[in-house]
Amino acid sequence: MTTHLKIDEPDHRNRLDHMAQGTLGAPLDRPEGPLKVTGTATYADEWPVEGLCHGVLVRASTDKGRVTAVGREAVEALPGVLAVVTDERFLRNPAQGMAGAAPAQGPDRIAYFGQPVALVVAETFEQARHGAETLQIAFDRSDDAVLDLESDRAAVDVPPGKQASQGDLDRAMREAVHAVDVTYRTPGHVSAAMEPHAAIATWDDGLLTLRGSYQMLRFNRLELADSLNIEPDRVRILSPYVGGGFGSKLGISPEAVAAAIAAERLGRPVSVALTRPQVFEGTTHRSETRQRIRLAADAEGRLVGIGHEALVGNLPGEVFAEPVTQATPFVYRGEHRVVGLSVARLDRTCAGSVRAPGEAVGHTALESAMDELAVATGLDPVELRRRNIPEEDPSSGLPFSSHTMRRCLDHGAEAFGWHRRKAEPGSVRDGEWLIGMGMASAVRVNMVVEARARVRLTADGRAEVETDMTDIGTGTYAILTQIASEMLGLPMDRVETRLGDTDLPSGSGSGGSFGASSTGTAVYLACEALRRDLCARLACEEEDLTLKDGMAIAGDRRVALTDLLGGQTLTEEGHVEAGETSKKVRQATYGAYFAEVAVNAVTGETRVRRMHGTFTAGRILNAKTARSQCLGAMVFGIGMALTEELLFDPRHGHIVNHDFAEYHLPVNADVPQIEVDLLEERDAWANPMQAKGIGELGICGAGAAILNAVYNACGVRVRDLPATPDKILPGLP
Amino acid sequence: MRTELTVNGTVHVLEADPRTSLLDALRHHLGLTGSKKGCDHGQCGACTVIVDGRRINSCLTLACMHDGEAITTIEGLGTPVAMAPLQAAFVDRDAYQCGYCTPGQICSATAMLDEVAAGWPSHVTDDLEAAPDLSDAEISERMSGNLCRCSAYPNIVAAIRDAAEGTR
Repeated sequence: MTTHLKIDEPDHRNRLDHMAQGTLGAPLDRPEGPLKVTGTATYADEWPVEGLCHGVLVRASTDKGRVTAVGREAVEALPGVLAVVTDERFLRNPAQGMAGAAPAQGPDRIAYFGQPVALVVAETFEQARHGAETLQIAFDRSDDAVLDLESDRAAVDVPPGKQASQGDLDRAMREAVHAVDVTYRTPGHVSAAMEPHAAIATWDDGLLTLRGSYQMLRFNRLELADSLNIEPDRVRILSPYVGGGFGSKLGISPEAVAAAIAAERLGRPVSVALTRPQVFEGTTHRSETRQRIRLAADAEGRLVGIGHEALVGNLPGEVFAEPVTQATPFVYRGEHRVVGLSVARLDRTCAGSVRAPGEAVGHTALESAMDELAVATGLDPVELRRRNIPEEDPSSGLPFSSHTMRRCLDHGAEAFGWHRRKAEPGSVRDGEWLIGMGMASAVRVNMVVEARARVRLTADGRAEVETDMTDIGTGTYAILTQIASEMLGLPMDRVETRLGDTDLPSGSGSGGSFGASSTGTAVYLACEALRRDLCARLACEEEDLTLKDGMAIAGDRRVALTDLLGGQTLTEEGHVEAGETSKKVRQATYGAYFAEVAVNAVTGETRVRRMHGTFTAGRILNAKTARSQCLGAMVFGIGMALTEELLFDPRHGHIVNHDFAEYHLPVNADVPQIEVDLLEERDAWANPMQAKGIGELGICGAGAAILNAVYNACGVRVRDLPATPDKILPGLP
Repeated sequence: MRTELTVNGTVHVLEADPRTSLLDALRHHLGLTGSKKGCDHGQCGACTVIVDGRRINSCLTLACMHDGEAITTIEGLGTPVAMAPLQAAFVDRDAYQCGYCTPGQICSATAMLDEVAAGWPSHVTDDLEAAPDLSDAEISERMSGNLCRCSAYPNIVAAIRDAAEGTR
């Protein structure tokens, strides 16, 4: 049976607080941990497949134009080379998140430098790599490529749905006691998941099995089938372990389609793994942004107006536009408002989702501007934010489902020791280092997307959870196991969770911080149905049933689950959909960051010395994995603030720093011990579990805390991220 | 070409293309996929293995250069039911998320602790003559050749400390 829930109303029953097993929320180890630490978890390009041959993609070495010739014969004559494969179905662009349909195809038309155009397949990887390096491709280059976000020649779209205004912001700015009107710029970023995109394609009787590394399998299956012009029921995708995604694996990428086509043509399984430069060039990156931020405040520092107008870029025809202003409509008070988003059409690598599209860069810039307002008003930055927490969504008038920013600000300030901060920039010194403290708020929208999961309570008193949901490092195996364990009163080792297989019920997929709350709710619903099934056998009400350690307890009866099941296995499916709640309340997650940095007075180098984050996200499903998510996201913030920056060649649009030697992720030595405090919250509007997303919250503003600390340390305000020494040195005291 | 490798105590005779990297020999020829390919350029450390006691990036060296040498991979350190102390500490401290860089981190940490025990200084060691102490800064510095985009770094430092203190 399937239990369906469309979330139209809050669920105040809060049933999980009445369960007895005590596993949900606990800081438990990931059940798949022993596999990961021993190298025995199987990632995409690691399946032992008989007769496997290897494909290496060849990329375009021009920015915009056409392929005029492929030197196929010379390469096909090389030892071991089986074929040089080109096909009009090859992807031109990677698929966007939740596309569910083929992205732009047709590799002969070159849309950007680095676009894959051909695949060389050989018996061994070494032969394929040599063939790919040897393959000569001739191009006709167009001379009208637009490669700069702020180019006068760029066509700029102004999507009507992305513009909003109320009141009269211009007047509010003129009449404001304190006004800030600043422009921030953020560079392109990459997800840089450690596992490169890879796929092994196998055909069997017209059915395609693709072992790949993707985040949202139910959409990926539709994207792959549509790209190949076959029915979705002929495609199975397996992704039980995904070596990170951070948005770059939301949709399928060129390797999936190329591997499938080559495998069909050769009648043999084919593996295609992108090289690291190909991951940079052939999958999505976060667009660079230009953001004009206007803040108008009264004498007490209360905002009367906010303007947030952003310019982002993407390829012509791509619908995705980095939603920079996503949280601005509701994060702070102010009756006069302008929010706008424009998209410059660029002939460069496809832009798409990178962890927390929107708030990651948008709230970071807004929180830097808020720090400028704090300076202008002379208010403590924490107090400025306290004064501007709105009572209701100031744009829509909707109430908040729950609002925890004030609690997070107060808790974080106390835990970090914010009172020790000196407001005057450059006033604390430690040898040749200038020391400063900065803070920022965190905010991220919360959502639920459709998800299904199946839970089987087996005759031997165990449970199996099944969904095509993925675990990209987020902790899905742990939390789904915990939900079933808690609801069914079973120890963790008697619950097994199977993920990442499109033959299983369709979960939400991993993206937008909605995975845990969406797919988790589907598991919850299935378990609730199983509890009702057990109640029917015990002739009791569901509220009167206690399940713990494999025992069912109702009134004065205590029965072993195995006896109650009497040799039968019970199976239930949960199915959740978003409903009307977004029309009734504004849902979001909140937090606060505090950072202490040291800026070298001689070199301008910035080191993060301490960092603290306080967050809320409704019910925390696993205190250990939730903390790790926040911690990792804050490190993304360190990278955004100090080192990460895609550099595009202005002549050809290629990514100059397309590897880890030149695109600087934070390394271990760049990261101090980071404190993460998770505060208790329940949000009945979110879902019956009262849990909200947490995977992205920790990046939404984290970089601003560091940039604001840099200002406090040395008086240099960096509005063009990242804050590399060259930008700090000229302004040092 | 013919290469004899002793991997995790077992002798393997490899007949492979001389262009085969040690990493690809392990992954493609020996079925040891615990060593990961994150960049194939020696920039991320996911492929770290221990060769004759020293940690190296196995993507940056050819298999045929290691004829007769002893190689330890993540599979040689422990198994899911019999984890090495470092492996157990990584699970306990949640010193990973996606798990892709993890085998490289653990192989690297295994050899790193031996380097510290042997008295090797690092960039952050104040006294080059004295035995280095295992401060957070020392662990972070010595582990900075292993990238982790999930950014479990603070947990990695804690796990390594736990394992080191448990085995002292």
